[in-house]
Amino acid sequence: MTAPAPPGSAVAPPWALLAELTHACPLHCPYCSNPLELARRSAELSTEEWTDVLRQAGALGVVHTHLSGGEPLLRPDLEQIVAAAETAGIYTQLVTSGTGLDEARLAALTAAGLRSVQLSVQHADPRAGDRIAGRPSSFAAKERAAALVRRAGLPLGLNVVLHRDNLDAVDALIDLGVAWGADRVELANTQFYGWGLLNRSALLPTRDQLSRARETVERRREQLGDRIDLVWVVPDYFDGVAKPCMGGWGAVSLTVTPDGTVLPCPAAASLPDLDPPSVRDHPLAWIWEHSPAFGRYRGTDWMTGPCRGCPRREEDFGGCRCQAFALTGDATRTDPACALSPDHHLVRDPADAGRAEPPPYVYRRPGAAPVPAPAPALTPAPTPAAGGRDPL
Amino acid sequence: MPRPAAPADQWRPALAPALMLRHDPVRDTDLLVLPERVVVLTGRAGTVVGLCDGTRTVPGIIGELSERFPGAPVAGTVPAFLDSLRREGWLT
Repeated sequence: MTAPAPPGSAVAPPWALLAELTHACPLHCPYCSNPLELARRSAELSTEEWTDVLRQAGALGVVHTHLSGGEPLLRPDLEQIVAAAETAGIYTQLVTSGTGLDEARLAALTAAGLRSVQLSVQHADPRAGDRIAGRPSSFAAKERAAALVRRAGLPLGLNVVLHRDNLDAVDALIDLGVAWGADRVELANTQFYGWGLLNRSALLPTRDQLSRARETVERRREQLGDRIDLVWVVPDYFDGVAKPCMGGWGAVSLTVTPDGTVLPCPAAASLPDLDPPSVRDHPLAWIWEHSPAFGRYRGTDWMTGPCRGCPRREEDFGGCRCQAFALTGDATRTDPACALSPDHHLVRDPADAGRAEPPPYVYRRPGAAPVPAPAPALTPAPTPAAGGRDPL
Repeated sequence: MPRPAAPADQWRPALAPALMLRHDPVRDTDLLVLPERVVVLTGRAGTVVGLCDGTRTVPGIIGELSERFPGAPVAGTVPAFLDSLRREGWLT
């Protein structure tokens, strides 16, 4: 999905925009792709600001948006945001937990121009699903939401993040997709940064689990044919191959976070020195074409180590910058998921470690994750008592 | 879900509801946009798809294109093109 840059511009325009409308969410999934530091509701962009962002995005070349979160249904102005995207010529997909969707809301969204719905599903078993989501009755809400979407005639996708606690249910999850009338089931192995990295010991599957799930997907694809699109997103910790993260940095899509920060990928807020620009300070076109943050890992010039001379560098773009940083402290290194990386043991060792007793989840909630310590106060800190434990 | 094909002369192709056909002024091309996918329509493909509004039969579409583009080999190429879009589930 690449196109030559239009004349006069060195940078090809983006195709897609991920709009994280809010970080508020009724679910607390331990692998959430939101950052550990969740944006406050008071910091969120207004209706007018989102309307302007979508207008600018359409003019820049964006044709596709995922309206996501958190839970986008918690924005009372979601209908206006959908309408703004439609006016800008942008195809809208709602990415939702299903909680809070009723017939009237869906009718209003459809009238505003909503084209498609993706519903998150945690497990095929209601109780297991509610446990992973950290919310009672969330599975029942999803089942109702799926029925509403089908009745409205919109395409329905199920998004399942796979890990130790649901990989053995892949067959049942595909059955669920068929029963709920889904057009597409995305089976995406957990990506380990942010909340996923924090919960890595609890979520990492075994190789046996993965190979059984892979065989199941193959068998069901053959059996179901065109009836349903089964998408398998590879487990990069186990395959020894780096994923072509986001189709390349600043190449295909951009993410706008609830407070208007613009990122080349949703996890990029974790890079401490990126200094990502905001739509509150700069036009979107400048951010895409000229900001240092979007230029930093664009193309292949920044590459180091085995990536630099690798014949695959235009295919996987060196893998994921956020994963390279999270595991090695240096975002310019080859993604440790690649078997050619000198840091490959950093994914291989945890992937091979047996875990008889996984730890409990750290559920995604504001304040649940350790965040960097605040700047030191100007008054002298109390001296720890002799023999006292390190407070950190 | 693919439906049984209607007899060729009676089929009135229409864009599947999930799809959006639009011109992209930034890239100066026509696009079919669908969930998780964007299809770039090259040449006159967008014009052909634009005629698939559920009112015209395939011979009707060919007739209209022949008038607009005299001498173009539409009768030989358009039915196969429309058929390929139907097999993808993009036309009903």
